[in-house]
Amino acid sequence: MKSTKATLITGATWIIAVTYFFPVAWMFINSFKTENDAASLTPKFIFTPTLEGFSRLADRGMVDYLTNSLMASVISTALVLLLAIPAAYALSVRPIVKVQDALFFFISTRFMPAAASILPLFIIFKNLRVLDNIFALSLVYAAMNLPIAIWMMRSFLSEVPHEVIEASRIDGANFETELWSVVLPIVLPGIAAVALICFIFSWNEYFFSVLLTSANAKTTPPFLASFVDGRGQFLAVLSAASTVAALPVILAGWFAQKQLVRGLAMGAVK
Amino acid sequence: MASGTKIEQQAKSATKEKFLPRKLIAPALIFSIALTQVPFLVTIYFSLMEWNLLKPQEKAFAGIDNYIYVFKTGDLLPAIIATVGLTAFSVVCSLLVGLFFAVLLDRKFRGQSIARTLIITPFLIMPAASALIWKFSMFDTNIGIINFVVQKLGFSAIGWSTQYPYISVIILLTWQYAPFMMLILLSGLQSQSREVLEAASVDRAGVLRTFAFITLPHLRQYIEIAILLGTIMLLQAFDPIAIMTKGTGGTKTLAYLLYERAFVGMNVGQAAAYGVVTVILTIIVATISLRSLFKVFISGVSK
Amino acid sequence: MNNKVKALIAIVVVAIAGVVVVQQQSGGDVTLTLATVNNGQMKDMESLKSEFEADNPGIKVNFQVMEEGDLRSAVTSDVANKAGQYDIVTIGAYEVPQWGANGWLTDLTSDLADDAYDVGDILPPVKDALSVDGMQYAVPFYGESSILMYNKEILDAKGVKLSNNPTWNEVAAAAKKVNSANTAGICLRGKPGWGDLFAPLTTVVQTFGGTWYDMNWDAKVNAPEFVQAVTFYKDLLASAGQKDPVSYSFNECLTALKTGKVAMWYDASVAASMLEADDSPVKGKMGYAHAPVAKTKEAGWLWSWNLAVPANTQNKEAAVKFIKWATSKEYHNLVGTKLGWSLVPPGARTSTYSIPEYKEAAAAYAPITLEVMSAVNPKQPGVNPQPWVGIQYVAIPEFQDVGNQVAQLVADAIAGRITVKEALDKGQVIAQAAGDAQK
Repeated sequence: MKSTKATLITGATWIIAVTYFFPVAWMFINSFKTENDAASLTPKFIFTPTLEGFSRLADRGMVDYLTNSLMASVISTALVLLLAIPAAYALSVRPIVKVQDALFFFISTRFMPAAASILPLFIIFKNLRVLDNIFALSLVYAAMNLPIAIWMMRSFLSEVPHEVIEASRIDGANFETELWSVVLPIVLPGIAAVALICFIFSWNEYFFSVLLTSANAKTTPPFLASFVDGRGQFLAVLSAASTVAALPVILAGWFAQKQLVRGLAMGAVK
Repeated sequence: MASGTKIEQQAKSATKEKFLPRKLIAPALIFSIALTQVPFLVTIYFSLMEWNLLKPQEKAFAGIDNYIYVFKTGDLLPAIIATVGLTAFSVVCSLLVGLFFAVLLDRKFRGQSIARTLIITPFLIMPAASALIWKFSMFDTNIGIINFVVQKLGFSAIGWSTQYPYISVIILLTWQYAPFMMLILLSGLQSQSREVLEAASVDRAGVLRTFAFITLPHLRQYIEIAILLGTIMLLQAFDPIAIMTKGTGGTKTLAYLLYERAFVGMNVGQAAAYGVVTVILTIIVATISLRSLFKVFISGVSK
Repeated sequence: MNNKVKALIAIVVVAIAGVVVVQQQSGGDVTLTLATVNNGQMKDMESLKSEFEADNPGIKVNFQVMEEGDLRSAVTSDVANKAGQYDIVTIGAYEVPQWGANGWLTDLTSDLADDAYDVGDILPPVKDALSVDGMQYAVPFYGESSILMYNKEILDAKGVKLSNNPTWNEVAAAAKKVNSANTAGICLRGKPGWGDLFAPLTTVVQTFGGTWYDMNWDAKVNAPEFVQAVTFYKDLLASAGQKDPVSYSFNECLTALKTGKVAMWYDASVAASMLEADDSPVKGKMGYAHAPVAKTKEAGWLWSWNLAVPANTQNKEAAVKFIKWATSKEYHNLVGTKLGWSLVPPGARTSTYSIPEYKEAAAAYAPITLEVMSAVNPKQPGVNPQPWVGIQYVAIPEFQDVGNQVAQLVADAIAGRITVKEALDKGQVIAQAAGDAQK
């Protein structure tokens, strides 16, 4: 009796999961179709597959855009971690005066709509002569993700039991040893979760890349949108581009989801 | 250092101890200020200029004209309502769907990790790509799968963007963000103490009662963090509106309105004024919500 | 300070220092950066650029393809702020006169004067729309008007015949007659946007006797003719149009027509070449007619995508060389021989329409395209004179904003959330503010 019920629930879970995933699966399937097949009235599951869409991506030099995206995402995520870990540590393990205000400042900067700050940034970038520079773009991404990172990290770090830190202090550990060898290993899953989220946000960022980059540093999202055709169908090639662009984050997300669950669990447990 | 006595060293390290937190937080603070506050000051400056990118010869100081424009045209209030409404509905829907998924996945069953993987994927796809894929291959009246199914069931096709723009946007945002909520809530469920749950089942408490009186209270903090992070992300939602509804049917949010002022109107001054007003508004709202509703984030700090 | 902290700071400094490193170009060669959209003709140009590079050693052309909206924001920000990231830009007929008047574009008049280029061959209405006070600031790469397209099989089945110059009343009657549960009578753009919904709708307004502005720049958006035209458009959509109009623009209608879900379509003339493409299910089944009219003789729009050289580019000479090549008769020949004659960019040069191979390959739609494109009058498309040159748009900087906002209101009216009158009364206020700025 009980096992019948369990089987039913398992079956339902699977149906729901597959249905939920369907738009992604459909995107993947469409990426192997011709434009006419992708725009057919009855959904086509059986068709002659073509790699035409993918070859168009290659012709357009998708590798360069993926490389730029990878650089921007990795550099900005590394920078965010470098800046956020000490700051979050100061805010949690070693409380300081007016800590609430500092924290609040970080959070409120994240509420600003991107469209408001983009033209000022463009003009600053132009005057500093760093338009179309992948490093400059990475800095913007780091600034964009820093508040969330500090914030999540702070709640992870508050989870480190006080006794552990006290013990290490009695052992004569100086502050750096305390951070590097005692605290960080404990919160490693949390750091992994933060890194992954920053990476995803940078990888998928669209607005800044459209305006602040052009010939050399353009990232994947605007490249992807460039397949939108004002005068002609584009669903198949767009699906192909989206599939390729999504693969790195999907793989990273899939491999890291256990870490993610563990990391996020740390954040909220008091 | 060589001449320092032990006492001097201790005093020194105490001072160091005192300033250390500031030293640790300074790089992040300076970086944030340089990359967000300096542009913001420039935005404030632009908001006082009459400057349409397409009319360079008319660039001039405008005083508060742009702010008068912001409040006079009457676009602001509907945009605030749209932003609050769409964000609130999307957060609640994705939270509920996420909770449902989390409960389903918090069991041991064959292929559990694969099912979780499938559900998590929508959150990883680029938002603009999701919006385009949904518009064409899901919502479209002729080639969309949803309408194909609807018509197979004997109903007539639904014109999503025309008839239900608001709901369409919420559906898409929920699809994208429910997996994120699921991740947070799942981690909450998995941190639940098994003994308590077993005790409840020994006491023959019903599944629903256990869920309502034990699981939900345990999840409270997770739900709060999910709401907060979800709100931050969904407030900036742009692509479903730009790609499907173009701000019709009450979907013109602040993020979309600002985009239009800046890149359709090409009016730097007006866009900046809207930006400044938006930032002030969000800081007010954030102050209230962060300080009163989400005590969880402040409480840990004062210990 | 501890070494690890120092290391941290060092890494941060290096990351920031990386910013200062400005990418150097390899010396000697000129690399032209060309910003463009993803239209078919532009893709063909990209695939043929190696021919140009082979003929002009030392010049490389780097295509930056962008989504249309992204192109507008990126290129406008760049050119307006003189950032100089692009050597060649693709801009619409709407932007050319404004940008030219702002001094942002290189005046090409003297560069185009040689006989080989034959600037007089460019279709006169297209050339008119690109010139300011006799100076030409851009060259048309491809041009289009709007025509009525219909599936003859579906219309014949219901015994419906259309003339070569139909009126809107005829078209509406035909649409209602062929409309069925499975097939809509007509596809009309409803996606809010000055270049989407308001491209066809403005031509309807003009042929109904309305206009955006009178000669004094007073807005006429809630005038009876404008209201009547929008009401007509809305009613036609409601009684015989496609479902979900707010989602529909060019591509969606193209799909609907190809799959037989609609019988007629009023849109860009370039659509005909896609409906007649070899893989099109409706190839050979289509009929074409002039844009439907009411009070005017012609009602087609006029649009061109053009190549222009920003005034502050470092590589002016090479850039001009490339845009002349890409819009020359030789280029058209090259497209014909290398890629196929039906792919020659239409609507730019009169001579295109006398190439025998093109006439044969595009027999179904070349004559009507040339007919319509030569007949439209961008100086006065409507019943009354107007203070700007241009048909389906008003050539003032504020128009894309005004057009977008009014289009959103009209879309709400099409969806039935507000009435046409309410939408246009609001639109009148928005349009008047922009009109006042012109006085």
